[in-house]
Amino acid sequence: MRELLTYVVNGLAVGCGFALIAAGLVAVHRVTGVVNFAQGMFAVVAGLSASWLLGTGLPHGLSEGAAVLVAAVAGLLTGLLAIGRRGTTPQSALIVTLGVGVLAYAVEIVVWGDQPRSFPGLPGSVSVAGVGVQSQHLLVIAATAVTFALLTTFFGRTYLGKALTACASNPYAARVIGIDVTRMGLLAFVLGGLLGGVAGVLVTPLRPISFDTDVTLIVNGFAAAVFGSLGRAGLALVGALLLGLAESLAAGYGYAAYQLEIALGLMLVIMVVQSTRRTSVLEEPA
Amino acid sequence: MLSVKGVSRSFGGVYAVREVSLDIAEGEVRGVIGPNGAGKSTLFSLITGHLAADGGAISLGSERIERLPAHRRARLGVSIAFQGARVFRGMTVRENVMVGAHGRTRAGFAAAALRLPRHRRDEREIARRADEALERVGLTEWAGREAGLLPLGQQRSMQVARALCAGPRLLLLDEPASGLRAAEREALATLIEELRAGGLTIMLVEHDVAFVTRLADRITVLNLGEVITEGTPAEVRADPLVVSAYLGAAS
Repeated sequence: MRELLTYVVNGLAVGCGFALIAAGLVAVHRVTGVVNFAQGMFAVVAGLSASWLLGTGLPHGLSEGAAVLVAAVAGLLTGLLAIGRRGTTPQSALIVTLGVGVLAYAVEIVVWGDQPRSFPGLPGSVSVAGVGVQSQHLLVIAATAVTFALLTTFFGRTYLGKALTACASNPYAARVIGIDVTRMGLLAFVLGGLLGGVAGVLVTPLRPISFDTDVTLIVNGFAAAVFGSLGRAGLALVGALLLGLAESLAAGYGYAAYQLEIALGLMLVIMVVQSTRRTSVLEEPA
Repeated sequence: MLSVKGVSRSFGGVYAVREVSLDIAEGEVRGVIGPNGAGKSTLFSLITGHLAADGGAISLGSERIERLPAHRRARLGVSIAFQGARVFRGMTVRENVMVGAHGRTRAGFAAAALRLPRHRRDEREIARRADEALERVGLTEWAGREAGLLPLGQQRSMQVARALCAGPRLLLLDEPASGLRAAEREALATLIEELRAGGLTIMLVEHDVAFVTRLADRITVLNLGEVITEGTPAEVRADPLVVSAYLGAAS
C-alpha cells in the first residue's frame, strides 16, 4: 500500500511536468493554430540553463528564474521563425517548429555538452498520510495547480483570453477589430516558453535532463494536449496526470524500460478516439 | 473624413480596382454599387488594410493610413462587417461582440489572469457595450448562444454589433442586407438611419439598389474596377452610364 502511494505521488509529479508541457502546447495552439513541436525543447533549455547557472554559484531561486526567462526567449525566437512572417500557414509553422527543435540539439550540445544534467530540488520530505513524500514532488504539484488555475481563468473567463482565442479562430476577422494577430501569436509563444521553462526547472531535479529529453517530454505533453483537443487546458491536465500515473506504476512494478512505449501507445489510442469525434485535431473545438 | 486618391490594385496583371478616388464627408452615408466583379469588395479590403494597394493614397481625417496594417487601421476607427460569415466559433454571440472592443482595452495579461479590479471594471464596461450593441441590431435574445450556430443573416447582424462595439469612426458594411428577411431588412435600414443621426460615417456596399438609394446621401458606382459616376441617388439613377453598366451593354 505504502509502495503504491509512493508511486502515485511520483506519477502525479511526473504527470504535472507533462501537464505544463501540454499547457504550453495548448496556449500556442489556441492563439496561433500551430502545434509547437519545439515545446519540449523549452523545458530542456530551462533545465540545462538552471543546472549550469547553479554550477556557476548563483543561488537557488535566481537560477531557476533566470532559466525560465531563457526558455521564454527561446519561445520568442521559435515564434519569430514559425509565425513572424505574415501569411505563414499553421501547417508550415508546425514544420518550422520541428526544425527549430532539431536545430536546438546542436546549440545545446555546443553550450552544455551531451551529458545529462541535473540539480537538487527542494530538499527534505513531508509526511502525508503516513507516507514520506519528497518536497520537490509537492512543489511540482502545487506549481502546476496554480499555473492551470491561472490559465483556465485567463482563456475561459476573460475577454483578453477570448481575444487571443479569436486570433486562431478567425485571424482575418480578428485583425479587423484591431487585434495584432502576429503580436498575439508571439506572445503565445513567449507564454509557451515560460510554461516549458517552468516544467523544465521543476522536473529536472526529478529526472536528469539532456539535450534529447525533449522527445519524451513532447510525446507525453502532446498526448495530453490531444486529450484536451489541443484547446482545453483542463482536459489536458487530466490526460497528463493519467499518463504520469501509468508510467510511474509501470516503472514501479518492473516495466521501467517501456515508459516511452506506454506513452506512445496511449497517445495513439487517444488520437484514434479523438479523430473519430466531430472536430478534427487541428480545429478549434466548437 | 475618408479620402481615397488614385488607389489601384491588380491581381496577376488584371486590375480589380483602378485609379479609384473618392471623398467621404463626416457623417455621410455613402453607397457603393456596381455589377459583380466591379471591385467593391476589393475597395473595402484596401480601405481596411486586408489588401495592400499597389499605389495611391488613403487618409482617415488628416492621417495617411494606406501603409498601416489592418489592426492599426481598426484602432484608428475603421470597422467592417463582412459579407461572409466571419465569426469566432466556439464563443457565444455576446463574447464575439465583446472581442470587438479589444482595441479599446488597456488591462494586460497579468491583470486578466489574476482578475484584478481594473480588468473587472474593463470587462463590465465591455459587457455593457456589447449588450447595448446587441440590442441595437436586435440580437439580445441570441446573446448566450454559440455564434457558429446562428443563421447567416443573424451572423451578419452580429458582425455589425461587433463593429459597433469597437466604437468606429467609419463603418464599412459589405452587403449587410443580403440574406435578411423583409422585416429584418427594415430593422437594418432603421439602424443605419439611427447611426447616421448619431453622426457615424458609413460606407455601404449593396446589391439591392433600392435599399442603397433609400439610405445613401451619395452613391459611387464602380464598374470593372473604375468609378464610372458619383452623385446623389437621383443623379446616379438618371445616369446612362449606370444603366448600361447594369444591363451589360457596351458603352
